[in-house]
Amino acid sequence: MGIEVVVEGLTKSFGSHVVWRDVSLSLPAGEVSVMLGPSGTGKTVFLKSLVGLVRPDHGRVMVDGIDTASCRERELYQARKLFGVMFQDGALFGSLNLFDNIAFPLREHTKLTESEIRRVVLEKMEMVGLAGESHKFPGEISGGMRKRAGLARALVLDPQIILCDEPDSGLDPVRTAYLSQLLIDLNAEIDATILIVTHDIQIARTVPDNIGMLFRGKLVMFGPREVLLTSDHPVITQFVNGRRIGPIGMSEEKDEATLASERASVTGDRSQGLPELIPQLVPTAGMPERMAVRRRTSRVLRMLHTLPAPAQEAIIASLPAAERERAAGPALPTAPPELPEPDEPQQDEGENEPGETLADRLLGRHRRGRPRGGGT
Amino acid sequence: MIDQGRSVPGSGALRQTGRLFALAASVLWLSFRRPFQVRELIEQFWFIASVTILPSMLVSIPFGAVITLQVGSLTQQLGAESFTGAASVLAVVQQASPLIVALLIAGAGGSAICADIGARTIREEMDAMEVMGVSPIQRLIVPRVLGAAGVAVLLNGLVSVVGLLGGYFFFVYLQHGTPGSFVASFSALAQLPDLYVSEIKALIFGFIAAVVAAHRGLNPRPGPKGVGDAVNQSVIIAFLLLFFVNLVLTAIYLKIVPPKGS
Repeated sequence: MGIEVVVEGLTKSFGSHVVWRDVSLSLPAGEVSVMLGPSGTGKTVFLKSLVGLVRPDHGRVMVDGIDTASCRERELYQARKLFGVMFQDGALFGSLNLFDNIAFPLREHTKLTESEIRRVVLEKMEMVGLAGESHKFPGEISGGMRKRAGLARALVLDPQIILCDEPDSGLDPVRTAYLSQLLIDLNAEIDATILIVTHDIQIARTVPDNIGMLFRGKLVMFGPREVLLTSDHPVITQFVNGRRIGPIGMSEEKDEATLASERASVTGDRSQGLPELIPQLVPTAGMPERMAVRRRTSRVLRMLHTLPAPAQEAIIASLPAAERERAAGPALPTAPPELPEPDEPQQDEGENEPGETLADRLLGRHRRGRPRGGGT
Repeated sequence: MIDQGRSVPGSGALRQTGRLFALAASVLWLSFRRPFQVRELIEQFWFIASVTILPSMLVSIPFGAVITLQVGSLTQQLGAESFTGAASVLAVVQQASPLIVALLIAGAGGSAICADIGARTIREEMDAMEVMGVSPIQRLIVPRVLGAAGVAVLLNGLVSVVGLLGGYFFFVYLQHGTPGSFVASFSALAQLPDLYVSEIKALIFGFIAAVVAAHRGLNPRPGPKGVGDAVNQSVIIAFLLLFFVNLVLTAIYLKIVPPKGS
């Protein structure tokens, strides 16, 4: 199972320009998360600060007991072995062919024989659909292939945490869809924690378990996918719909005057709601079940009462029929059996009481909300 | 948060200087840490040698000739023609040769190193390497710096010999000096420490040129133009530093090693 990454109060600035301030979130172990944000909001910097390539000014990034934001160089190199990072353009070594590129981490860090290395490398190349291309050089292949080769290289050391920097940039929608599926399959197969940094809304709607959004140097929101995808926060609705009307401007931010005049001129447009929530991708047939789904369900149900109403509805609606039944019945409290909530001291009574009422309330709301669905 | 947003004039230059020294220190430190990249070192050694040998020979022939001709005409006027060889040896071995080596290592080898490292940096290869738990300084920079320093030492010998041969040739055939007097006075002024200091200078110059090139290559401004600028800067900074260090080393040498015959 993957490793949880806990980010606390992270702040980074370059000179007088604050990239983002006080970002706190935790990437749940083994789940897929997406960090959204308009161009230039420091998404890549955020990703790099997780692996210690960029040292933040304040805050902590706890990975397996090591704070990669401030630890010593040697610990950092240790911690980095848990990570696999797929860079924007693959970041392959131009002087090596694809095989040697992907074999590089194995040759540097393991004592495998050449035939074992060959086996691992060819397996990973097969996995990302690059079989038979091993002799080519990075300069000779397309951007999509470079990205996949970069992903294969990130995978050879069996990372616990995979970070993807804009897997969609420069790819057509079809290739992006394949890559999205690949990431989900990967998560099913090795159960690693995955963070994808992107501004592609299609990926955000189909791939992740959790979504966050960075804007104007702040983390606007981070939580289960339903929360962000049903949110009516102006920044998020604008971004998800790809509209001009809203707080996000062409340059970094709009000033208040522009925003007001815009609001005055376009009044009818604001009624346009969010696009419908589409179901998350599932692993292709033949892949093992994603363990993250089960863990996430129990985790989300536990925090359900803290979420906004539309998100609660969406979550309940997304549960499989049996689970929904369970969520509706008094069985809900026992739904998360594995992990007791750590920050809830009075567990016993706290588990029964709110669970039951919560489920009732939710189901009621759910029925009212979607009359045609008719409950279960 | 104390100093953010405010910048004291000159602090940028100081910061860069500090980073340069930090890089030099970590290169020295990592040179003695395993794993040592033998293969990369050999490749780099060969590469730097191959781009510097021919140009440095071609530069050193006229350089040696100019020195000999200049000194020769001077000594002829003074009637001390027999000392031409002695003066040429001193000038070529102690000053000209390490500087020619430095210029070529910085100009030919250093610019190539800087361009290579810079292109890799903007393609995020360095980040990728670091994320894979491999130190780019140890893996890439150390072999290049050691290669440059090693080539500089060997090249210095070559340049001295070729420079003196050039000087000899022009002295004998153009100024009609006596070959015997040129050779006989070789050790009249020069002494072994001159050769030693020459080699030490070459070693230090090679090291500095490569560290400067690597430093600029690791910190280019983003984009392809950034790399071009970085190469340009690396050569200029290396030249400035090399001439300054040469001055300091020469001054120290003249203080601690008494000139011959005094």
